[in-house]
Amino acid sequence: MVGKPESSNGTAKSGSNQTGSSPPSALPLNLKSDLFSSLSFKTLKLKTKQQELLLRVSILCLIYILAFITRLFSVLRYESMIHEFDPYFNYRTTLFLTQKGFYEFWNWFDSESWYPLGRIIGGTLYPGLMVTAAIIYWVLRFLRFAVHIREVCVLTAPFFASNTTLVAYFFGKEIWDSGAGLVAAALIAICPGYISRSVAGSYDNEGVAIFALLFTFYLFVKAVNTGSLAWALASAFGYFYMVSAWGGYVFIINLIPLYVLVLLITGRYSMRLYVAYNCMYVLGMLLAMQIRFVGFQHVQSGEHMAAMGVFFLIQVFYFLDWVRYLLSDTKLFQAFLRITVTTAVGVGAIALGVGTASGYISPWTGRFYSLLDPTYAKDHIPIIASVSEHQPTAWSSFMFDFHILLFLFPAGLYFCFKRLSDATIFIVMYGLTSMYFAGVMVRLILVATPAVCLISAIAVSATIKNLTQLVRTKSKVPQSGSSKGSGSSKGSSKATVDQSQPFQRNGAIALLLGAFYLLSKYATHCTWVTSEAYSSPSIVLAARGAHGNRVIFDDYREAYFWLRQNTPPDAKVMSWWDYGYQITAMGNRTVIVDNNTWNNTHIATVGRAMSSYEHEAIEIMRSLDVDYVLVVFGGVTGYSSDDINKFLWMVRIGGGVFPVIKEPDYLVNGEYRVDKGAAPKMLNCLMYKLCYYRFGELTTEYGKPPGYDRARGVEIGNKDIKLEYLEEAFTTSNWIVRIYKVKPPNNRW
Amino acid sequence: MGLRLDLFLFTIGILWGAVVSDLVLSKVDRRIDLRSQAVRIVSTLKVENEGSDLVSEVLLAFPDNRIKHLAYLAASPNEGKGKAKVSSNAYPVEAAQPKDVPPGLTFYSVSLPKGLGKGDSLTFDVLAVFTHTLQPFPEKITQADVQLLVFQESAHYLSPYQVKVQSLSVKLPDARIESYTRLENSKIHGSEIKYGPYENLPPFSYSPIVVHFESNEPFAVAHKLVREIEVSHWGNVQVTEHYDLVHGGAQSKGEFSRLDYQARPHVRGASAFRRLVARLPPRAHSVYYRDEIGNISTSHLWGDSKKTELEIEPRYPMFGGWKTAFTIGYGLPLHDFLFESEGKRLLNFSFGCPMNEVVIDTLIVKVVLPEGSRDISVSAPFPVKQWQEKKISHLDVDGRPVVVLEKTNVVPEHNQYFQVYYKFNSFAMLREPLMLISGFFFFFVACILYTHADLSISKSSASYLAKMQWDEVQAAVQQVQNIVNRCLTIHDKLEASLSDLSRTGDIQGCKAARKAADGSLKELIKELKPLLSFLQSSQQAAQILPKVEELVAKEKDLQERLMAKHGAVVDCYEKKYGGREIENRVAQQQQKITALRHEVDDLLEIIDEI
Repeated sequence: MVGKPESSNGTAKSGSNQTGSSPPSALPLNLKSDLFSSLSFKTLKLKTKQQELLLRVSILCLIYILAFITRLFSVLRYESMIHEFDPYFNYRTTLFLTQKGFYEFWNWFDSESWYPLGRIIGGTLYPGLMVTAAIIYWVLRFLRFAVHIREVCVLTAPFFASNTTLVAYFFGKEIWDSGAGLVAAALIAICPGYISRSVAGSYDNEGVAIFALLFTFYLFVKAVNTGSLAWALASAFGYFYMVSAWGGYVFIINLIPLYVLVLLITGRYSMRLYVAYNCMYVLGMLLAMQIRFVGFQHVQSGEHMAAMGVFFLIQVFYFLDWVRYLLSDTKLFQAFLRITVTTAVGVGAIALGVGTASGYISPWTGRFYSLLDPTYAKDHIPIIASVSEHQPTAWSSFMFDFHILLFLFPAGLYFCFKRLSDATIFIVMYGLTSMYFAGVMVRLILVATPAVCLISAIAVSATIKNLTQLVRTKSKVPQSGSSKGSGSSKGSSKATVDQSQPFQRNGAIALLLGAFYLLSKYATHCTWVTSEAYSSPSIVLAARGAHGNRVIFDDYREAYFWLRQNTPPDAKVMSWWDYGYQITAMGNRTVIVDNNTWNNTHIATVGRAMSSYEHEAIEIMRSLDVDYVLVVFGGVTGYSSDDINKFLWMVRIGGGVFPVIKEPDYLVNGEYRVDKGAAPKMLNCLMYKLCYYRFGELTTEYGKPPGYDRARGVEIGNKDIKLEYLEEAFTTSNWIVRIYKVKPPNNRW
Repeated sequence: MGLRLDLFLFTIGILWGAVVSDLVLSKVDRRIDLRSQAVRIVSTLKVENEGSDLVSEVLLAFPDNRIKHLAYLAASPNEGKGKAKVSSNAYPVEAAQPKDVPPGLTFYSVSLPKGLGKGDSLTFDVLAVFTHTLQPFPEKITQADVQLLVFQESAHYLSPYQVKVQSLSVKLPDARIESYTRLENSKIHGSEIKYGPYENLPPFSYSPIVVHFESNEPFAVAHKLVREIEVSHWGNVQVTEHYDLVHGGAQSKGEFSRLDYQARPHVRGASAFRRLVARLPPRAHSVYYRDEIGNISTSHLWGDSKKTELEIEPRYPMFGGWKTAFTIGYGLPLHDFLFESEGKRLLNFSFGCPMNEVVIDTLIVKVVLPEGSRDISVSAPFPVKQWQEKKISHLDVDGRPVVVLEKTNVVPEHNQYFQVYYKFNSFAMLREPLMLISGFFFFFVACILYTHADLSISKSSASYLAKMQWDEVQAAVQQVQNIVNRCLTIHDKLEASLSDLSRTGDIQGCKAARKAADGSLKELIKELKPLLSFLQSSQQAAQILPKVEELVAKEKDLQERLMAKHGAVVDCYEKKYGGREIENRVAQQQQKITALRHEVDDLLEIIDEI
């Protein structure tokens, strides 16, 4: 799929066929050319151009299908289901959208989450994903395919991943050549960095957003390359789609101005750039403001100011260009230039200062800061730092997600710098900035993936092209020589072959083989990663049993379904925010906090309740009208991402708002423990009690004392837990989810 | 009879006794089975006509408060002891409203096959199945408690006729009996309580008894069960069953402790049930078990040629009052259920639920027939509410006709076959594949049209004209390439003739080939001329022209050399030189030809790439 497709037809093929199929004859040369003619002109009546087109189209089709089916591992291993946390919210809203229509969806006030505050769904989400899935659903319905909306949601991400490969092809073609495009498409189809967010069932914004991101970039580069208003317009719409799909659009609206700025500085300003950027920015901005969640932020918030600044700057450039055209005197122009630039920069700085000071331009948000300064979140916003996917990336995960692309990336950069153009400058900038962000946050590897694939594809394609050219040019002379040699074994032995660089050809072949070996390693690695690491829905846990059989832990759904069926419909469930979306989607019950994390105080209240003593917590829970409390506990199964392990974050987030909660109270000498040596507050706080209630009587592992916590490998410190205000309502079969009911207040008499 | 409690009813009995008819029940033997949640009462009645008129109907009486729980009532001739079976020669039973009867009772009449004359007697069985008749008491229990049930009945057979001899036995599950009403002649035999025999009781005798006993039988009640049977004439019957299940026994209260339940499930969770078994028809395939939020992994499937058994476990153990909902689905081979009779098709399918323990409050059976089915009629073995709907499924235009049957209070006794008759043209099966094929066909046609259509708006713009010219140039270059390729083919033929020559020595043949080649080559060169002049005149061709010209020149060169070689070889043969000498002579030329040939090939490729 990566080689030069043209090489598989024509001379080389007929040459190799000849030895196998023809009987020994007096003049093999003649026979060879005979076969040649019969192969290329009688059986294959296609012109080389057409053959190439056919090959390209069929390779693209194969890549398209490959990108789709490699993401179906999760369906094969588990089932067609929605994965993880956020996708459940997206699924729930999509369901609402398809059932009630767009206007209801747009004006939806959700009272089932953030009790008692509620959440305005239409104004606080990026609707692109839901609308996309709903449109696919409606189109299929219209075509009379009676699919279920769940299937559409499950397969949306793979479908868009397939589309991304097409965009990658065109993008690669735009910045390098069609060979690089094909390689890019193939690389991105199976790149684990992208697959991690787009397997079937991973119904998240990123699934469509990466497509939108790459598409917008492609259209913009196309617009810059052609200077065509149509492409610029298309890129504005691509940007609009991106804005509607994911908060990561901020990356686009900062990268493109940066790119324009770099072009301006390097003296590559052109009318094409002017047209492309102005059209894209103005229209894109107007369109983006239609998304309620973005609204006036697009002209008011600090993150978007760079785009506006560059917009004005490019007008200044245009103006200067015009003035230079009018003024023939260079000296005069120099003076004018100085004055204009100074005033422009001055006016810009003053406007920014006044805007910021007056509060018209809002400062950068914490998330944005934490991108630029990796340590920011740790010190200031524990709620961002508590999410595992916001952690700085380890080298191993780069290797895991990129594999050979990590080495090909610098090589690709070299090729890009060797053939510098507007398009390659763009891809270089995209690659470098996104690599930086990928280093800051694990989840942003996703954004870097397309750039890495494209740049690596350039490296692969350029290398292979050069090598095959070497092999092909040399192969003709030796071939004719050898065939003649065999012919002259009877007659004259006059084999004067051009063997000036014998090692070059062999070296090229060896390098080619090496490249194919690397690429095939990449393919196997990607497949392995996809099937082993990225296809788990994380709702259903699978483990290997003692006899090598597969054991399924379906406790989450057990608990959520129990909530759905056996609690009053208006029951409020308190849990840590991670499970909020799942409880509302699968349990259909009201939650106090969920994964949206828009209100830090509310989350801190829950964190405070969890880290207080029971009699203090009951006051908080009563004030929040809580009926059930849900905790996730892995002590029986050894499931490590449970609430006890997340507990310190609850303490930190709770303590950030309520100073009553102090982190050191839960630690012993700075150490977090749950056994006998644990801090007394730890042993008696609500979370500890709820997780370990009656756990002290249970023997989890043979040869260990009762109350042995398998997730942490210790015997718990408080085995005699009595609950006063809560009672156990349900515990799943592997104890992973435990639900407690808040008892009604005792009768006073 | 001194212990008779319900004096009121008794008085009624006295007052209304003689009114109904001259029939006398000479022997009544009732067996009540309380081992499952549905109460099954089998009464063996021996009816005797003491009057003079021919009687063909026997009345059965039930108290009104019972009647709404009456799920099933059937009368059949007595076939000895044992469970009364639903046999084909069952007597028809209908609701009846006789005159002059006491209030508070509902009557059914059994039509006997032939009237009873004076003094005739007949013995038959009546099976009555009641749901929701066993009351849990206490109503709320904790996890550790066992479930206790209360059953109320009359020790005397409630009948509008005088009963001469009667007895009653109540079969309980093998467990503790908390208490029961002791009357005269009542005795207990293991898990069976016997009342009677009582003799010569007037009509409408009533003597309430209460049995309070322990029972941990599963109390699975389906509030609603929707069975959808979808017929596909491609060979499959797809059955989908949506259950809305509740544990209908004593409500659980207090906390649920998983620890206790895990440690001793039969003690701490005795009243709960955790599994159900569905007996599916044989050869069931593609079985699934899921609910709203996904697949449920706790199920097992066994199958043999007689049946398929699906054991399902709900996601959690079902304690009293706990609810769950799930869907099971399976496919069945069509030929087991669909038959043809008199030009009509006939679907023969079982009505009830495949799970034996489940009592269903409302059962809705939907039979989805293929699109285009006509003249639909249903025959069911018992009265059901029915209507028709439309369902739009895959590739439907106006929807598939759906026959909906609804019945309340369904017990396993309703697991009988019902028939749906309809007409369906086999050709209609092809409609959907044809739709798909034509859809793709039109898609491809649209693609072809799109690639051939000229969609540009401005036909006079510079770029459009340039594009058109470039297209022409490309076409011309293509033709040139074609011609060159044909030339090369002719060269190959010449070479072939040479090799023939070396094998056979047929000089004449070789010369003929040469002549033919000469002719066709000349023609080709003629064709080439206008194309080259066009390319020279066209501006767009400027960059490609030198290559094309080089190509033509090289080809010409090659042609000449080849001709020379050919001539030389033929010459040599005519002069009868040896093979080696010939080779020596043409070797030099041969080398040049090969080199030229490669150059031509390269040029062709280069032009292609432009």
